[in-house]
Amino acid sequence: MTTLTAMRFRVLVSAMTLTLALMFLVLPAVVAARAEVRIQEVKSDKGITAWLVEDYSVPIIAIKFRFDGGSTQDPLGKEGLGNLMTGLFDEGAGDLDSEAFQTKLDEAGAEMGFSESKDAVGGGMRMLADRQDEAFDLLELAVEKPRFDQAPIDRMRSQIISGIVANARDPETQASRKWAEAIYSSHPYARPDTGTEASLATVTAEDLRAFHKANFTRENLHVAVVGAIDAETLKKRLDEVFGDLPEKAQLRPVERAEPKLGQTMHIEYPLPQTSLQLVYPGVSREAPDFLAAALMDHILGGGTFSSRLFDEVREKRGLAYSVSSALIDQAHSASLVIGTATRSDRSAETLGVIRDVVRKMAEEGPTEAELDAAKKYMIGAYAINNLDSSGAIAGTLVDLQTDKLGIDYIQRRVDLINAVKLDDVKAAARKLLSVEPAIMILGPKLAEATKG
Amino acid sequence: MILGFLRAKGSLPAALALGLAWAAPALAEVPPSDWTVTSFTLDNGMQVVVIPDHRAPIVTHMVWYKVGSADEMPGKSGIAHFFEHLMFKGTANHKAGEFGQKVAEIGGSENAFTTYDYTAYHQTVTPAALETMMSFEADRMRNLVLTDAVIGPERDVILEERRARVETNPGALLNEEVDATLFQNEPYRIPVIGWMHEIEKLNRVDATAFYNQYYAPNNAILIVAGDVEPDTVKALAEKTYGKVARGPDLPPRIRPKEPEHNTKRTVELTDERVSIPSFSKAWVVPSYQTAKAGEAEALDLLSEILGGGNRSRLYQGLVVKDGIASSAGAMFEGTMVDDTSFTVYGAPRGEAGLEQVEAAVDVEIRRIINDGVTADELDKAKDRFVRAMIFARDNQSSMANIYGSTLATGGTVEDIEKWPERVQAVTVDQIKAVAAKYLNPDHSVAGYLLPSKTVEK
Repeated sequence: MTTLTAMRFRVLVSAMTLTLALMFLVLPAVVAARAEVRIQEVKSDKGITAWLVEDYSVPIIAIKFRFDGGSTQDPLGKEGLGNLMTGLFDEGAGDLDSEAFQTKLDEAGAEMGFSESKDAVGGGMRMLADRQDEAFDLLELAVEKPRFDQAPIDRMRSQIISGIVANARDPETQASRKWAEAIYSSHPYARPDTGTEASLATVTAEDLRAFHKANFTRENLHVAVVGAIDAETLKKRLDEVFGDLPEKAQLRPVERAEPKLGQTMHIEYPLPQTSLQLVYPGVSREAPDFLAAALMDHILGGGTFSSRLFDEVREKRGLAYSVSSALIDQAHSASLVIGTATRSDRSAETLGVIRDVVRKMAEEGPTEAELDAAKKYMIGAYAINNLDSSGAIAGTLVDLQTDKLGIDYIQRRVDLINAVKLDDVKAAARKLLSVEPAIMILGPKLAEATKG
Repeated sequence: MILGFLRAKGSLPAALALGLAWAAPALAEVPPSDWTVTSFTLDNGMQVVVIPDHRAPIVTHMVWYKVGSADEMPGKSGIAHFFEHLMFKGTANHKAGEFGQKVAEIGGSENAFTTYDYTAYHQTVTPAALETMMSFEADRMRNLVLTDAVIGPERDVILEERRARVETNPGALLNEEVDATLFQNEPYRIPVIGWMHEIEKLNRVDATAFYNQYYAPNNAILIVAGDVEPDTVKALAEKTYGKVARGPDLPPRIRPKEPEHNTKRTVELTDERVSIPSFSKAWVVPSYQTAKAGEAEALDLLSEILGGGNRSRLYQGLVVKDGIASSAGAMFEGTMVDDTSFTVYGAPRGEAGLEQVEAAVDVEIRRIINDGVTADELDKAKDRFVRAMIFARDNQSSMANIYGSTLATGGTVEDIEKWPERVQAVTVDQIKAVAAKYLNPDHSVAGYLLPSKTVEK
């Protein structure tokens, strides 16, 4: 009941765990959907494009948007700049200082949030339809005219630093830092999104303004809106909120990152449970074998209660509470990651079981029946996982834009999945899983020699 | 605390954790016909609630059992949660995994969770699959096959779950012992997941006894939210759940009550993984079920005004104005069968010490006890509650959770529908009164999570 951890950080303060999501932006693997959602493309007078799903059954409007860029755009030595910025949009904008802005936002009955990943800064608002004038006015100020006043900068910075210091001796946080460096070496993906005490200390209001100007532009913007609003009204709103942003982004180029595989990192720590993470090659979203790989991943460790890893590690042997695999697709890197936390006295056994499951999948691939079931799951799951609330629909539409899948993807998706052949999936399994992975072990010494 | 069969991916536990577990559907600006909730009871005593939402061809199907960890026999802690896991094993009619395969085949999602007061099983599927879900769920209500072969590995799984959630996490370990100190007599003193040494001994006999005692239609509530008509649900429910025989009548859930609290207690945990200290302070207060009229609503609003978000007194005072805290807030868990907890918490930042943060939290509480809150603060808190209810309607599983948790703790559909009115009726005087009555600084329990003394910052 009582909890010390339910603290209300408004900026994500490296609350990382050694689960799969760790240091990767998890893309909801394969996404597809149903025809019931009618998406309109809306283009404003100033040329801002958004996807809209009109729906009046609940009197609310949800807007989500994303600017490509993210923490990879933090200048060297100023790591954490973008993350700090995401905490400052309700801390003063236009003529309103922090207090005035937050009071108005509260009175408007709107909820606004911003967050950052490695590859983008995202934002969104949900509002009551009958208060949309006030809500959109505030969103416009936040997006186009953030003030970056010194007092909120200092406060937010010190909150973030508190979070960093608080995790300084947390073995999982520290292991994930080391692991990111081992996998990505000097690539921006190896850097901490939230920065360090030293890097945050150098950040000035000028840095924030420059970052905002370079990253918040019409060129790298994706927008989706769901709810009680029509296309004509939305056009005006789009111009209000985004119309005065600069046309062109000034993004620093980011090289493709190849995860460094074939290494083992054991961080010894006397924990009652051992975390294991295995990194294999992935497949980028644009690759022709992406869906084949995603189906393979689902069978390997993606299914809720029915994957091969779940059966072997949890169901048959009771070695772990959770074990799963995920295909991680980022803008500049792709990987397949398997993760679990297992009892330390049997961690070597667990690692051996995982590697046996992987080896069998690499050598033989799935069965026709498994593939069939995976296809059915993937086809049906789209609506259930992605379209169950206004915010979820808007988020899905932004993902579709980012992935350049097209406004008709939801209609095409079923056929694309059904077209995948068993041989394609076997080939994907061979390609990804025959490689020697990178393995991270956090916990006590392995109790016995690793069988894998 | 909410424990699930699998680490929650979806929004279900999150919706409860928001502190908005009480919300209502019937709001003025929506045509009532679109949101009318239907409720009826099957002949075998199973209560049914249908919440319409026709925006997407999705339906959320949940069965809530009115049993949680607080109903466990002494010495058998963890059996409610362990049993929840065992419900995913085979039955006399379906082998293990078959139900899950059916759900996966249509791309559905499923899970289950256990709390102090209830256990719930849920699937989100297409409307065409609803009957199949009901049929499987009704089957496992009585036909589970419990053998030592399935029980052994699953007990290992929950031991790993306990290690993952609690043993590896100093904050979680501390919270367990704070609760055990705060509640001197109520079963909320025992963690939902159970104590390690008692989980290790849970066995087939315990599981079978628990199943036979609590899993029956007359101790269950069916909630169906989504793209389906009440008549359809009724027909399907009668065809599936309606065929399950009524179980023995269960006695009322009368549990040990708290004695008078007369002391100020402190629980400390020092751990080398901790770098910045933090604290919580808790009191036993009435829940929606045990409170005198209006008191639970007042406590809910007090928690919002004192520490409900970044407009709250604690956040504005300690984090923004004084700049001494990285976090500060308050929580009230109202949807409970018995007396519950009201908690404040905080952590220092910069040069400030933990004592300074705690003292400042105490000052804010004292100010409300002495001077009350302003009408403006109260109105804004009420507005936020009303707004949250409208937003809750955007997600059918949030709605299903609101109804399920309320009914499973002894509330009624009417309680939910009248909740906005009762919230609107709360006065500034009532807020001040509940603060003075329940947040007695001399009868609190504080938990301190502290860095290891041997390590310098």
